[in-house]
Formats: sequence, structure tokens, C-alpha cells
Amino acid sequence: MKPRHKRFALIGLGLITLALATMLVLNAFRSNLVFFFTPTQVANGEVPQGRSFRIGGMVEDGSLTREGDGLTVHFIVTDLAKRVPVTFKGILPDLFKEGKGAVAQGQLVADGTFIASEVLAKHDENYMPPEAADALAKAKASGAQSSSTLVVQPQ
Amino acid sequence: MSFMGVNWLKYSSPQAFYPLAGSLIPWCAAAAILLIGVGLYIGFFIAPTDFQQGEAYRIIFVHVPAAWMSMFLYVVMAAWAGLGLGLNARLSFMMAQAIAPTGAMFTFLALLTGAMWGKPTWGAWWVWDARLTSELILLFQYAGVMLLRTSIDDLRRADRASAVLALVGVVNVPIIYFSVRWWNTLHQGASVSMTAAPKMAATMLTAMLLMTVGFWMYSLAVTLARMRCVMVERESLLSWGKQASMQEVAEAR
Repeated sequence: MKPRHKRFALIGLGLITLALATMLVLNAFRSNLVFFFTPTQVANGEVPQGRSFRIGGMVEDGSLTREGDGLTVHFIVTDLAKRVPVTFKGILPDLFKEGKGAVAQGQLVADGTFIASEVLAKHDENYMPPEAADALAKAKASGAQSSSTLVVQPQ
Repeated sequence: MSFMGVNWLKYSSPQAFYPLAGSLIPWCAAAAILLIGVGLYIGFFIAPTDFQQGEAYRIIFVHVPAAWMSMFLYVVMAAWAGLGLGLNARLSFMMAQAIAPTGAMFTFLALLTGAMWGKPTWGAWWVWDARLTSELILLFQYAGVMLLRTSIDDLRRADRASAVLALVGVVNVPIIYFSVRWWNTLHQGASVSMTAAPKMAATMLTAMLLMTVGFWMYSLAVTLARMRCVMVERESLLSWGKQASMQEVAEAR
């Protein structure tokens, strides 16, 4: 083996060892690396007790209500399995909408309500023009109809 | 080693590489200006408005290519560093040295444009989620590699030490890329990937890819130009380096 090959072998070995070490470290810190907890994790008691954390999920359709002061809002964050009611006093980000993702930071109080001090909108990875979004929504709606009739109707 | 009738190994010597780099720079620079110009035009004037974010999304035409380049350039830098360590080749170390500032610039650009996008869409300039944090670490890694090099006077030692640091840091690149898949992050998942159909309109994708190739050409041009400076600086004690720098001075006048 030429010295050159030996050096490359050593570099390769070093990198593999490093990758393994990193994987083990990341695995050990897994629970600390999550940005938010899901409502299911909240229900299972997997969240930190007595200190502030973040929950994330979808804002349930029709769950958003505002109090008389115009600032305090109530909504429900869901991961389609469990639901967590959230109360927040402040200005919501522009992209905060029912049916879209959101992340809230705050604390869980005794009655199971999450009192948020900060709410962020979580954007998804889909980018399309408004017309395409409309068409998609229409196709979805008509698709639901035709699947129930089982008959494909010619236009 | 010859391929397509050219003895490529010849260019591993600074004397041969210096003029080659010089003749490549104008082409790369012209391609960069053209591609970035067309990419920005399509991105800002032709691509449709997004259904959710409105016009704010247009920052992705700079943000995503910059973020890609920041990761890609780090891998390229680490590869040159590893090649330099293995082959004991001066030119490889110089290449790694020349790439680092451009990589750092793209990392900074990705972080800056990301913050500008985050405020209107998420409602926060910065959050400590896995994607953002690991990208910030990448910026520190670039800075670390450059600082370590300049802090050691002996060139050979400086080369080797910074090459080892660059190689060690390469573990962060897959972490950045997969962070949105491995952990819950505020940052959204990939809209464009090798394995799945892109989740964006075709014009948007075109603009983004044009910008990426444009950034690529820009990186090539700047790296090669910096490479020439590094070579002249390092080899100025040797006869050819002296000649090259004299020639440069003469051209500049």
C-alpha cells in the first residue's frame, strides 16, 4: 500500500468514525432537538412539566374565536388524533389560518389549556399561484362527489 | 491521466493552472450575470404570486439557491481539503482556501434572506429550530476554517490543520439537509428534491434553477479569481510567481 493510499484510508476511517459518533450523539439528544411537541405527545404526558415548551399542529377548522378585546384568541391545535385548546393574547402572524399549521410557545395549565406567549405560523412546502390552488380545491370537491356516485360523468 | 485528449494532471501544477483559471473567469462571470439576470427577472416579474404568502415568497429565488450553494460549497471545500491531505497537493489546499469565503458569503445570504422571509410568514425573524441552528453553525464552521488558517504562520501546517477542521465539519451538511425530516422544525420541508416531484409551479421552479446555476457560475468565477491571488501570493518567492505578479501589475497599468 502506497503512503498515499494509507492516508486516504485513514481519512475515510476518520470520517466514518466521526459520522457514527455524530449519529449516536444526535440520537441521544433526539428529544431536545424537536422544535415543538405534537398534541398526541401532550396527551401522553411526554412534554416537560412546569416549564415553557412549544406545541405544533394544525389549527382546527372553525375553532378560532376572538374575545371582546380583539386581542385574546382561542383556538384548537390538533394533529388529527388529539386536540389541545390554546389561548393567546397578542397579534397573530399574517399566515395564521384555520386549517393551516401553527406553532405556539407557552405553558400547559391545570385544566389542560395551553397558554401561549408566542404564536408562529408554520408554512408548508407547497408553492403555487392562487388560480392553481382554486382549481385544486375544486377538483378535490368534485372528486369527493364523483367517488360517492361511482359514475364518471362526461362533461 | 488523460481524458478527451487532454492531460488533466498537467493542471495540478500552479504554472499551468494559473493561465487556465485566467481564461475561464470571464466566461463564468458572463454566464453568472446572464443567468442571475434572467433568473431574477423571471422570479420577480413572470412567476405567479403565491396563493398563501402573496409576494413575500419571492425571496426564495435568492434564499433557496444561496442555501443550496452554502452546503454544496462546503462539501466541495472539504473534498479539496481531503484530496490535499491524501495527495499532499498544494493546489488542492489552495482550492479549499479559495472556496471558503464564497461559501461563508452564501451561508450568510441564506440566513439573512431567511430572516427577512421569516418575519412576514412565520411572525419571527429567528427561531432556534434544527434547520436554522445547523445553518448558523455552518457559518461558524466557515469562519473557523478561515480563522484557523490565518492563525498559523507556517503555510503547510495551516493547510493541514484547516483541512482537518473542514473535513470534520462535513458531518453538519447532512444534518442541515435532513433536519426538516428528522425532527419537528418550524422550517418547512423540501419543495424540490431529487426523489419527488417539485411542489411548486413550473415558472417558479425555472427561476429558482436558473438562479442556482447562476450562483454556481458566480462561485466558479470568484473562486478562480481568488485562486489566482492565492497562487501569486504563495509562490511569489518562486520565479514563475514573480513573473505572473509582474505581468499582472503591468496589465493593471
